[in-house]
Amino acid sequence: MLYAVLCYNSEEMVCAWTKEEDDAVMAKLSVVHDKWDKAGKLKPSIRLLPTSAATTLHKTRDLVVDGPYAETKEQLLGFYIVDVSGLEEGLAFARELAAANPGGAYELRPIRLYLPGNAVEAVYSR
Amino acid sequence: MTDPAWIEAALVSARPQVVAALLRYFRDLDSAEEAFQEASLRALKHWPVNGPPRDATAWLIMVGRNAALDAVKRRARNAPLPDETLLPDPEEIDLAERLDESGYRDDILRLLFVCCHPDLPSTQQIALALRIVSGLSVKQLARAFLVSEDAMEQRITRAKARIAGAGVPFETPGAAERVERLAAVLAMIYLVFNEGYSAGPGDDARAQLADEAIRLGRLLLRMFSSEPEVMGLLALMLLHHSRSIARFDANGEVILLEDQDRNLWRSAMIQEGLALVDKAIRHRSPGPYQVQAAIGGLHARARTFEETDWNSIERLYEALERMQPSPVVTLNRAVVVSRIRGPQAALDLIDPLEARLSGYFHFHGARGALLLKLGRRKEAHQAFDRAISLANTPAEAAHIRMHIDRLTTDPADADNGE
Repeated sequence: MLYAVLCYNSEEMVCAWTKEEDDAVMAKLSVVHDKWDKAGKLKPSIRLLPTSAATTLHKTRDLVVDGPYAETKEQLLGFYIVDVSGLEEGLAFARELAAANPGGAYELRPIRLYLPGNAVEAVYSR
Repeated sequence: MTDPAWIEAALVSARPQVVAALLRYFRDLDSAEEAFQEASLRALKHWPVNGPPRDATAWLIMVGRNAALDAVKRRARNAPLPDETLLPDPEEIDLAERLDESGYRDDILRLLFVCCHPDLPSTQQIALALRIVSGLSVKQLARAFLVSEDAMEQRITRAKARIAGAGVPFETPGAAERVERLAAVLAMIYLVFNEGYSAGPGDDARAQLADEAIRLGRLLLRMFSSEPEVMGLLALMLLHHSRSIARFDANGEVILLEDQDRNLWRSAMIQEGLALVDKAIRHRSPGPYQVQAAIGGLHARARTFEETDWNSIERLYEALERMQPSPVVTLNRAVVVSRIRGPQAALDLIDPLEARLSGYFHFHGARGALLLKLGRRKEAHQAFDRAISLANTPAEAAHIRMHIDRLTTDPADADNGE
């Protein structure tokens, strides 16, 4: 069963991390990523740039607005797609992530349609 | 969630908003800072026990304000200390206390604007903003600016005294005034960035200022999400900073743009910078930061130095010269012209700048490089000598030294010299 694990946290706080702090969190997370990847359960993982880089298109009037759609205390900072046996395994994945990166919340959403696409992958890192 | 590191991070990220709101209440920087300190101490005590509040910022503002008011009352009546357990429950904070977006915007803008008060020299503006808004310690600042802690303490105290004398502009600004304040704040943030960007290799204390400036830029853009120049400044800083680790070699020597390993450029910063340039352009309201960001974006997009779109970059520099006439901008354009039309065309452009840029390291460095390309080695040597005497960092001096060494050891010198 495919789940999206949506990562919510305070962007202000994450943006206030120094590069060293950011690297330390990413290193801890990558241990979790590797484990689930080796088990063949981790699909694409996406980390989004800050909401200040976002643009929103309101469809009814084709209105383009700077910033994210929802102004919330905590922001959608990224998401994982995992292939798990069910909710419990999805939660187990999220708990391991949480132990590596506390603060905020993970929302587990079952996926209805998944089209992996076939465009050449551009992988951004650093 | 309640471990000390998490609380520390939450306090750091809440600081600008909380101090800004407290400044609105107290209209005095020292009182606002003290109230924030007090609120932070209480957070460290209460959050591990009661769990973090839903809205840490609102909690800190409330607690900071109440603590300061209590202190005033205590001093007035010499009354006993209030019971600590009577602090407001995080969930009970009146919703009305949460700042609406516009008030909060003006608070932050006021706080930043106070720090870049026109009466303050830029060194004081930067120190004050980093101390009060970013929360850097006097020790950190002293290390970053290579002065003693006492001297830094004095610099900040003097700055605060000047501001107290001038008065904090607490009225909500009108539209035109808001634009003016924003421009002053952007200039101050760019100064902070340049302090960090001009740090030599290994000077981490100073280099950290570039990260702080980017953080301030993001903060400002969250407040003023549709201001193209705010987007431009943030993009400009990100695009420059993306190259930071490629700018020096293992020995601390400068690596010029053309020789940098582009694989070392930080792609996340580049993507963010490019996205912001795209966003800004849609507003069709160009400004100097946007133009400089667009130039940075063209460099970032070139996979190799040879692929650089020099013609577009020259057009952007021309636009920048029209918006912000300055010999330094013309000098930069000349360097681009040398790529398009050769060193003589570039030299023709910069020679008239001599009178105004005679004390500027980059003028003599660039001029020396152009003369060298033209085979005018003796004059090149003179220009490099002049540059080295004006170098701002050991790395800059070392880079010029390399040119001079090459000139003096190359036997062609004797043949081509005048």
